[in-house]
Amino acid sequence: MENTSLALQYLLSGVTKGSIYAVVAIGFNLIYSATGVLNFAQGEFVMLGGMVAITLAHYAPLPVAVAGAVVIVALLGGLLEVAFFRKLRRHSVLHLIIITIGLSIVLQEAALHLWDEKVRSLPYFTGNEVSSVKILGAAISPQVLWVLGTVAVMVISLQVFLKYTLPGRAMRACSSNPDAAMLAGINIPNMRTLSFALSAALGALAGCVISPITMTHYEMGAPLAIKGFAAAILGGLGNPMGAVAGGLLVGVLEAFAVSKLPAAYNDVAAFAVLLLVLFVRPHGLFGRPGGESVREH
Amino acid sequence: MKKAEDRRQNQECGTEPRFQTSDFRLQTFRTLLPFALFALALVALQLGLRAAGREYCLTQLTMSLYYAIVVIGLCLVMGYAGQVSLGHGAFFAIGGYTAAVLTTHDFTRYGTSGWAAGMKAAHVLTARDDLYGNPILTASPGAAFCAAMLVTLAIAGLIGYPALRLKGHYLAMATLGFGLIINKIVVGTALFGAADGINGVPEWRLAPGLTVSGRSALRVENYYLAGGLVLALLVLLRNLILSRVGRALQAIHDREAAAGAMGINTAAYKLRAFVLSALLAAMAGVFFTHYTGGIGPSEASAFKSVRYVALAASGGMASLWGVTGMSTLLNYLSLRGLFGSYDNAVFGALLILIVSIAPEGPLKPLGQWLRKPFARSAVERRLEHGAA
Repeated sequence: MENTSLALQYLLSGVTKGSIYAVVAIGFNLIYSATGVLNFAQGEFVMLGGMVAITLAHYAPLPVAVAGAVVIVALLGGLLEVAFFRKLRRHSVLHLIIITIGLSIVLQEAALHLWDEKVRSLPYFTGNEVSSVKILGAAISPQVLWVLGTVAVMVISLQVFLKYTLPGRAMRACSSNPDAAMLAGINIPNMRTLSFALSAALGALAGCVISPITMTHYEMGAPLAIKGFAAAILGGLGNPMGAVAGGLLVGVLEAFAVSKLPAAYNDVAAFAVLLLVLFVRPHGLFGRPGGESVREH
Repeated sequence: MKKAEDRRQNQECGTEPRFQTSDFRLQTFRTLLPFALFALALVALQLGLRAAGREYCLTQLTMSLYYAIVVIGLCLVMGYAGQVSLGHGAFFAIGGYTAAVLTTHDFTRYGTSGWAAGMKAAHVLTARDDLYGNPILTASPGAAFCAAMLVTLAIAGLIGYPALRLKGHYLAMATLGFGLIINKIVVGTALFGAADGINGVPEWRLAPGLTVSGRSALRVENYYLAGGLVLALLVLLRNLILSRVGRALQAIHDREAAAGAMGINTAAYKLRAFVLSALLAAMAGVFFTHYTGGIGPSEASAFKSVRYVALAASGGMASLWGVTGMSTLLNYLSLRGLFGSYDNAVFGALLILIVSIAPEGPLKPLGQWLRKPFARSAVERRLEHGAA
């Protein structure tokens, strides 16, 4: 009994972290399918979402602060696309990677100078640090339920958006065949901007709900981006539902690694899995190997 | 007939080399000129700093030159083979840490065994005094250097073999993940000094009168040592790039599938370029560690790896001279603390600006811009000539 509840505790903490990785992975996928760019600055959106919401929470009630943060970060995401990627169609993948890395550093440094190096957090959405809900013998914070609920709603509404709404379908058309989409009258540059804004908004919301649990810190973005990428790769790039599975898998793995490995090696397990998957199955656990493109990237 | 016509046209358009290829001496001169200029610049800089009474700046300059070696190696992978590596900070750290551990770890408790005596006789192990004057038995710097190279060779081969089958984003993430693993291992292991790093690394006597050391008396000597090392590597890499291997790498850079179709073993060439550049990074790490007398975990951080990429990009990636110049200059300014707390931000912004505005590096467009007036006057002259 003791053991199962302990395992359940690890599992839940893994699922909580994993759901955030899943959101980051979905953000990667959204931008990747629409633009072909893998946005290394994805983790910074999560960090900025938390930071902006914390500042806004001083002046407005929590729901308004969170909504405000999501809107601001979404605008910033769209702006970055317009400012940097819209003009750079002729740049190679290598150059685009370098630009997103540069963006990630600049955003991080901007956060350091706008705020500071202190660790801060939003208040718990309901209850406080010590309140807990008992589920199957494992005590969990209500915030965990908030995280899981929010992520579930995000994933489902994103699916609905992509499958059943006109802009969502336009976005998918844009990723599967940009030329044909353009001939069908879809404004591709705007779709790309929308994908950046949407993925920034998802990241920001995730950054808000996770803030009471993991705290928000200007350096939190880069590790999140890397684990989110590991999740996206695990699920197969361009596959949003695969990204969710991949995210949960990375989170759970990490939670159990903590119980087995010394704390300092915490992240090593996640990165080792990333490397292993990249080397053994670069097309992901659920994807299938694609044909090699000879086209100039 | 046709050929002669082409040739005349080429001459008129100015695409024909102005010098006949048979003019061997002039060609040799043009080949050697940049290297001579580089050596002259090194000397001029030292003399200038001495005259200005600011010779202490040579310390940071020496460190920048060692960092430049990493960037030059990265240039081979990124600019010529067209593969991105976000893990070169890790190779620098692997080299530096291997040397640091072996030259500071006390092997005294094996001192009585037979093989330890043999190692001592072969100068692999040497007895010396540590910082507090206690006698210890450590690896000699030369042996540690060889060990560092072997360790790097093994790790780079092991990680490069599968990683280089990946492309673009995947390769970037794989190398970044590798770098982070090395960083976490370094920070989390007591043998590597955890968060404090390793101090008290002894100086390295390469030859009589040539010692890698941070002592201020040896400042000028070490500056020329680093500069000479960079110069030697530039000569080596220039020859490599102009060889069959270099052309194969450039073909891979331009169009990998086409290169493969031409019979180039793309995987093997990419791996060799990667391992060579990892070895260069590790070598820089070893020299740097002996020079500064220690190494810390920040050398293995992702930021350092990204910074090397930024420096390679700012020099134009495929231009050895541009990369050497820009990386030495920027690292020097950064080490002098010119950017203050905005250090990382400066490098990030530089990365974005240079890559989005001038993906070929800023030096090439600048050179073209500088040459523009002369080029125009040449055209005008030709027009006048045609009119007359």
